[in-house]
Amino acid sequence: MVTTTPALVVRGLKKSYGDVRAVDGLDLEIRSGECFGLLGPNGAGKTTTVEICEGLLERDSGELQLLGLTWEKDADSLRERLGIQLQDTQLSEKLTVAETLELFRSFYDKGREVSDVIDLVQLDEKKNSRVGTLSGGQKQRLAIACALVGDPELLFLDEPTTGLDPQSRRQLWSLIEEFKATGRTILLTTHYMDEAEKLCDRVAIVDHGHIIAEGSPHELIDSIGATVPAPPPRASSATLEDVFVALTGRTLRDE
Amino acid sequence: MQRSLVQLTLVRFREFIRQPEAVFWTFVFPVLLAVGLGLAFRSKAPDKPKIGIVTSTPAATSIAASLKKDSTLTVAELTDSAGARALRTAKVALLVVPDSGGVRYIYDPQRDESVFARLVIDHAIQSAAGRVDPMKVSERRVTEKGSRYIDFVIPGLLGMNLMGSGVWGIGFAIVDSRSKRLLKRFMATPMSRAEYLMAFLFSRLFFLILEVVTLLGFGVLAFGVPLRGSLIQLGVICLFSALAFSALGLLIASRAKTVEGVSGLMNFVMLPMWIFSGVFFSSSNFPGVVQPVIKALPLTSVNDALRANMLEGTQITALGVEMAVILAWLVVSFVLALKLFRWR
Repeated sequence: MVTTTPALVVRGLKKSYGDVRAVDGLDLEIRSGECFGLLGPNGAGKTTTVEICEGLLERDSGELQLLGLTWEKDADSLRERLGIQLQDTQLSEKLTVAETLELFRSFYDKGREVSDVIDLVQLDEKKNSRVGTLSGGQKQRLAIACALVGDPELLFLDEPTTGLDPQSRRQLWSLIEEFKATGRTILLTTHYMDEAEKLCDRVAIVDHGHIIAEGSPHELIDSIGATVPAPPPRASSATLEDVFVALTGRTLRDE
Repeated sequence: MQRSLVQLTLVRFREFIRQPEAVFWTFVFPVLLAVGLGLAFRSKAPDKPKIGIVTSTPAATSIAASLKKDSTLTVAELTDSAGARALRTAKVALLVVPDSGGVRYIYDPQRDESVFARLVIDHAIQSAAGRVDPMKVSERRVTEKGSRYIDFVIPGLLGMNLMGSGVWGIGFAIVDSRSKRLLKRFMATPMSRAEYLMAFLFSRLFFLILEVVTLLGFGVLAFGVPLRGSLIQLGVICLFSALAFSALGLLIASRAKTVEGVSGLMNFVMLPMWIFSGVFFSSSNFPGVVQPVIKALPLTSVNDALRANMLEGTQITALGVEMAVILAWLVVSFVLALKLFRWR
């Protein structure tokens, strides 16, 4: 898809919580139609960045444009055109899958048929089940269905596969690839380097509130491939995970 | 009506009816409470006083014989020691023992039934001995509905129910959604915030009708509780009461982040009203210095207005003070809630 306007432009974004600079001068440009991965350790500022882009948090300073629009002027129109999955939302357990999607669909002026979206996320058999009875993977697919039901042009996925088993992860991956195939834009955050490598056209690695590396997964791997210390004979098979660890260090960080 | 408003209102209904415990506390519990209180405090004739008489002399035996003909008394003939024991264990309220030239009453002046027995037995003994009352007295006996305890307590229970379901129903659902980050998720959609709050109001008003009809219907059919005032005006009182308590619920829920936090806050707000606002007993029992505070509580005005309408048939125009207090709580709570409310 060839479009001149980038899907997302972030310039010099800053956000502090008291003394903590969660986002500290972050720049980002996401092209229309690409799947962009935001990688980084816990506490690096990924979620804060994403929530500012989603219009859920106020920024302290910096410029922000989505689909050529800004939150200050075009909030209503932006909410119509964005699809969002948050890290920690628990949907109402008393509602069924279909009822939950009907509710989300009703918020949007135009969008997709609820039954189509249920098909898409393969929850047909569960459409009349209460959300409380779903497995973790099914709940996550429902959360993504809620993000898709407004037929968004730009989709935000914040750690969509965290805590899921490999099967559920793969199911979500194919869902994301299908969405990407329709030419729309995705901003994805993840801890999993294989996921970023598989899904993302380009990735950026965030640490201490700003971007420390950016490029396609292969570019990044090539840039570091030669300097990965071990094992030398297989240096060319370095994974993105090596890049990640080399750049952000080996110390464990918990939020 | 907007599709989203319909959907949001449907969600409120679904979440409520799929929560059996909420249905129980809203509809069944007040009726059970009314049944329990109605049975415990049902109207009945005062018990006949139980009198013991020590028949150790022929004079006492003849007094006992004449007393036994009196249908307003229960008389037991006892020996000296049995009489003392019966009095000590409250088997009799009063003991009559022969005394030189007459009788002696032995009783505890701090027990109501003993004092009552003292009056009845003295009248019976003096009449039997030939006393003639100098004043002619006639009686007309009436039993007035509306003066019984159940008549007092049904409007109180209704007021309590309006408060509970308003404050709980609104506050709990909102804080639950906030703690689950669902409010935040909704904020990321084009959902109208006004519609979100309106959906609570619509479902609240629908359930209000059910609650009022259930409890009042039960009171009228099972206990014959009177509805002397205009039913439309009663509906208006209930409507504004429900709105005021919903606004209070919204205010309590405006900031709380956890269900535990808001539960404590709700109990802190509601407990004083359960005690002071005249649900189970009249608020006039409390000392005069605290009366202005009690009168300012919303539930006091709601209960007073409901009782005035139902039991005395008072017009709503004569309930200016009560309605003003209710409206003030409605407006102030709602304005504050909108100012303080956090969507995240």
